[in-house]
Amino acid sequence: MVTVKVTETTSAAAVTQPSPSASPPILAAQDLTIRYGEKPAVVSVNVAIPENRITAIIGPSGCGKSTLLRAFNRMNDYIPEARIDGGVTYRGRDLYAENVDPVEVRRRIGMVFQKPNPFPKSIAKNISWGPAINGFRGDERLLVEEALKKAVLWDEVKDRLNESANALSGGQQQRLCIARALAMEPDVILMDEPCSALDPVSTARIEDLMYELKHLYTIVIVTHNMQQAARVSDFTAFLDAGRLVEFGETEQVFTTPKDKRTEDYVAGRFG
Amino acid sequence: MASAAGSLAIDLDAKRGVRLREGAVVASLFTCALISILTSAGIVIVLFWEAAGFFKSVSLWEFLFGTRWTPLLEPRSYGVLPLVCGTLLVVAGACVIAIPTGLACAIYMSQYASDRTRRIVKPVLEVLAGIPTVVYGYFALTYVTPLLQQVYPDTLVYNAASAGIVVGIMILPMIASFCDDALRAVPESLRLGALALGATRFEVTVQVLIPAALSGIIASFVLAISRCIGETMAVAVAAGGTPNLTLNPAESIQTMTGYIVQVSMGDTPHGTLGYYTIFAVGALLFLMTLGTNLIADRVLHRFRETYE
Ligand SMILES: Nc1ncnc2c1ncn2[C@@H]1O[C@H](COP(=O)(O)OP(=O)(O)OP(=O)(O)O)[C@@H](O)[C@H]1O
Ligand SMILES: [Mg+2]
Repeated sequence: MVTVKVTETTSAAAVTQPSPSASPPILAAQDLTIRYGEKPAVVSVNVAIPENRITAIIGPSGCGKSTLLRAFNRMNDYIPEARIDGGVTYRGRDLYAENVDPVEVRRRIGMVFQKPNPFPKSIAKNISWGPAINGFRGDERLLVEEALKKAVLWDEVKDRLNESANALSGGQQQRLCIARALAMEPDVILMDEPCSALDPVSTARIEDLMYELKHLYTIVIVTHNMQQAARVSDFTAFLDAGRLVEFGETEQVFTTPKDKRTEDYVAGRFG
Repeated sequence: MASAAGSLAIDLDAKRGVRLREGAVVASLFTCALISILTSAGIVIVLFWEAAGFFKSVSLWEFLFGTRWTPLLEPRSYGVLPLVCGTLLVVAGACVIAIPTGLACAIYMSQYASDRTRRIVKPVLEVLAGIPTVVYGYFALTYVTPLLQQVYPDTLVYNAASAGIVVGIMILPMIASFCDDALRAVPESLRLGALALGATRFEVTVQVLIPAALSGIIASFVLAISRCIGETMAVAVAAGGTPNLTLNPAESIQTMTGYIVQVSMGDTPHGTLGYYTIFAVGALLFLMTLGTNLIADRVLHRFRETYE
């Protein structure tokens, strides 16, 4: 429904660090530094997120994972004291260029938050609201059904689409938030610890869901859960104190890390 | 083992001194609460007692549905509708001014203003809310009315429109401040969630934040209306003293509160029927503001259930 207008130009050339995969990077940070006031939260990060893969960002608490993730769809714009240096490109386009509308960016790069945050509207309205404000003209019922099916929530809620989303369980609410993001037909979905407020069963369902979705979307997930990162992701980035310590295929990062700090962290020796 | 446990016995007995002190504190707090409740109850009882005296001579029907209010002049007539109409005219004028402006002001403050602007605007609004209302009355008389007369020459010196306008200005800070609080009480996560779906700030405000804060916003309107109904000095000064069943805001009218002021300050002898009218009007006024406050309370209650 939302067509990608930005053209693919110099995407590969713009990335300083070679992507460890064959698929081209869809998002890339170049020498990205983000400060809150004077205090840097992300320092000179270069990373290329491969398309149609799941990339996990791991690291100890306060190392800048959420800050980095928010830079990918300009949600840091809403933190007044955040200052950004360096660049982020999306399919080769600089997201922080003068003439870029952050609203357009977020239509293509969706986000799921740590705590489920459904709108206090009906289940159906939660899904259809985003497309509606963005000029969706098609069949709303179909849109809702498709999104809910993709998020594996349809069977549980199909009989109460007009009831308030607040009546759902936490895990259902989080899947609704994922469905809401999917209904926008985004290119990329950013997830900031999407399972941290959920029980193991709901977590497992969301992990299955991510697995199914990765053929259609690019997913970047921040997680504190090592097993989760190992289970679901194709690539893993390890951040420490704002710096990107290691980035590579998940299997390699977890089994044969190149850096001692990564080794200690994934082995649970610090963080 | 048993003896060791015995020697380690933990003292859980209540201490006499502590208990007495707590008791004294609770008793004195209770007394204070009781005094304030008894005073209010006493006032209400007197109000209705005296009003009951009035209704021995005038039927409730005549009072509520009569269309002429001339209790102090011959031929005497005790229909309260002109006063109610005058009050509602002022309330309507005030709402037309204050509701859109106040809401817009709240949207600006909560969503668009920088922290610095907000730190200046919010106290200014609070100062505005603290101006004695009689000042608003004279402001209406000396500034708003001449202005209205320039636009519409038939406007009388005392008129409903200027009273409505200044009462509107008067309640604007209250609406702005309450709506600002209501909008800010909506969890930040909802706002961010909506923004992350590619919504503009305006779309987020109008379609997510306002619906989410709706009960708080409506409650602020109802409380403001209740304040308009009960407002005295500004309307007594600006609206005139002519009970008048009219919807024309350029005419002179009298509100319920305006009438009570007139009689209590005038030379109507105590004990006459004319004097008792103020209790009847007062009782009706009390019921009207009580009703609006109860509505506001119900609406706010719903709001709390959703978010706390
Ligand atoms: N709004 C803010 N204002 C000031 N400093 C902030 C703000 N948000 C985050 N920080 C600081 O920036 C650093 C990185 O924060 P960030 O939230 O990105 O870490 P994180 O890796 O996501 O941590 P966690 O795993 O606990 O979520 C932290 O030191 C934090 O204190
Ligand atoms: Mg975080």
